[in-house]
Amino acid sequence: MDSSITSDQSAQPVLAIANNPHGHENHGSEEHDHAGNSMFGFIVFLLSESVIFLSFFAGYAMIKLTTPDWLPPGVEGLDVNAPTINTIVLVSSSFVIYFAERALKQNKLIQFRLLWLLTMGMGTYFLVGQAIEWSELQFGLTSGVYGGLFYLLTGFHGLHVLIGILLQGVMLGRSLIPNNYAGGHVGVDETSLFWHFVDVIWIVLFCLIYLWQ
Amino acid sequence: MTNAPIETLSTAVEALKPELPPGWRRYFSFSTDHKVIGIQYLVTSFVFFLIGGLLSMVMRAELITPESDLLDRSLYNSMFTMHGTIMIFLWIFPSLVGLANYLVPLMIGARDMAFPRLNAAAFWMVPVFGILLMSSYFLPGGTAQAGWWSYPPVSTQNPTGNLITGEVVWILAVAISGVSSIMGAVNFVTTIVRMRAPGMTYFRMPAYVWAVLSAQLIQLAALPALTAGAVMLLFDAVAGTAFFDPERGGNPVLFQHFFWFYSHPAVYVMALPAFGIFSEILPVYARKPLFGYKVVAVSSLLISLVSVLVWVHHMYASGTPGWMRMLFMFSTMLVAVPTGVKVFAWTATVWRGKLRLDTPMLFCLGAIMMFVFAGITGVMLASVPVDIHVNNTYFVVGHFHYIVYGTITMAMFGALYHWFPKITGRMYYEGLGKLHFILAFVGTNLCFLPMHLAGLHGMVRRVSSYDPEFAFSNVLASLGGFLLGMSTLPFILNMVGAWVQGKQAPDNPWRAIGLEWLVSSPPPVENFEELPVVVSGPYGYGKSEPLVSNEAALKPH
Repeated sequence: MDSSITSDQSAQPVLAIANNPHGHENHGSEEHDHAGNSMFGFIVFLLSESVIFLSFFAGYAMIKLTTPDWLPPGVEGLDVNAPTINTIVLVSSSFVIYFAERALKQNKLIQFRLLWLLTMGMGTYFLVGQAIEWSELQFGLTSGVYGGLFYLLTGFHGLHVLIGILLQGVMLGRSLIPNNYAGGHVGVDETSLFWHFVDVIWIVLFCLIYLWQ
Repeated sequence: MTNAPIETLSTAVEALKPELPPGWRRYFSFSTDHKVIGIQYLVTSFVFFLIGGLLSMVMRAELITPESDLLDRSLYNSMFTMHGTIMIFLWIFPSLVGLANYLVPLMIGARDMAFPRLNAAAFWMVPVFGILLMSSYFLPGGTAQAGWWSYPPVSTQNPTGNLITGEVVWILAVAISGVSSIMGAVNFVTTIVRMRAPGMTYFRMPAYVWAVLSAQLIQLAALPALTAGAVMLLFDAVAGTAFFDPERGGNPVLFQHFFWFYSHPAVYVMALPAFGIFSEILPVYARKPLFGYKVVAVSSLLISLVSVLVWVHHMYASGTPGWMRMLFMFSTMLVAVPTGVKVFAWTATVWRGKLRLDTPMLFCLGAIMMFVFAGITGVMLASVPVDIHVNNTYFVVGHFHYIVYGTITMAMFGALYHWFPKITGRMYYEGLGKLHFILAFVGTNLCFLPMHLAGLHGMVRRVSSYDPEFAFSNVLASLGGFLLGMSTLPFILNMVGAWVQGKQAPDNPWRAIGLEWLVSSPPPVENFEELPVVVSGPYGYGKSEPLVSNEAALKPH
């Protein structure tokens, strides 16, 4: 069983006994890499979640290539400029969260919190930008199959961005509890991975919806 | 921790051991013990099996005469929709997951699943979405009526204009089922990959664990496609979008792709654990190792892989282009190969074995026989020219009922009898078990065999009236169906009676080889006193190698 994906977790059997949710305190000699299991499970979950988006992408492509009525009447295409800036902000936030994680590993909690907060801010900027774009569009959810697909895909993605920001908020809050991350921070690692996932999904979405018009 | 004396340390630790509520209350609690959760899944799913079965009894009562003289036709539509949905999502999936929940940690030498609380949460979603689905009976328009496939445009029709229709409730129930399944799949895959006992390499895992791993990998890879399709269907039904509306640029066949991309692999999610059960039970009652264990193990993964490449065989009559039909005919026939490998392995396992025809063995042998028949009709259906003739007829209905009842449900019964002593600590009544088997075997064949004839002659499915030329087949099928319904009674009597007052069961009543048989019946909380150290492969019948090096340490002294 490889442990290359575990976060650094100091081997403290006493703490392990105290914090062990499984109740088998009298088997303290057994190794239980709960953090490793948690990260493994989370990666498995993300792989599965990506299939939802892959299905939506496949549906989008199939309909775009075969339908006789693609763009709603009066709509010629999407403005690419503002979404491009949003994309740059979101992709950059992935780098910011990476540096935040690095700071946490080096136990630089202040730096971690600042960079983490910056990530949340950039994510919020993206969402606000998306909301503004939505409000300025000339078509709605029910404007033919194009409207449905556009709002479904960007909306589903936006929901995941929101969830990412909320998760980051929880992790930020937890970092305020003294010594909370001293024994390991798999939650932070998972939240960070989720953010990268959301980012990659957006890159594909951006190419599909905005670049392939 | 400073210099605390050992004695006080252990008593303090003993006090922290998880206490389960005593008796029956345990099974109504939010327990995180995989054995409790497994039983909760099994009992809950069996209740829904009875409900789904009741629906089928009414349907067979309607179909015993050619005219639609028992039910209003819309009510009949609701019945076959709910029968299929309940049987698949509330009987087969939860019962198989429940059995796996109980057995997998024991079989790999773990104390519990990787995520016990997630496990409990996944279970409790089942009664929730079950009750949600049943509540649709009380809506003004009744339940969903578009079949368990819920194809648009039929499923998106909403003549009453209500927002909450039976169809919407159906979609929500199936969505919750999907969330529960994904949670379970993450749990099983993590547990099997990361929590095997020392010495238990992948090729020392029981074949059942391979089967569960393969099935849960399918769930992870394919279920999200159904989620995507269901979300789009829900939007079409309530938000006025046009994903599947051809008049506004949408494509109804796209839904079929989303639906079957999951639902075909889903049948292997259902079948693989049944195959795993055969692989576990046959060696015990033939006292021979599983023939070709490694090949059987790998064939489970191969089936998973190929199963995601065959879905269009459900759409041969949906206007799919010729090249697509050819491609999927080829891939569908291919999946028979790893499946056939298993059948040969099971046959070779019992060949010249010292057979004990106890109830579990009878169910497994009968199920394998019926599976071979279903496999043959399956290959027939894989062929495009044959399917164009029998698509949407009772031939298909006969085929898949030989699978879901004849193979999977019979395997489930076999498993329940086989592991009953381990789970409850009591022996079931063998006589009642054999009675159950005979009634079920005869009933299954009597009910579902004539359907093939009717389908070949052109009787379509999902109808409550039919041409009198099919009357004979339908009378036989209905009689068989009623017999099947009655066969459940000795089973219920056996399970309840034996659980309450059956003879105490020893740790290993079948003298089987496996980690679960090395602990008490029922196993204690956390399964093993000390984790087993595995030193040999499974099914060591006739060999004198021990399975573990610390057998005496597994149980409290």
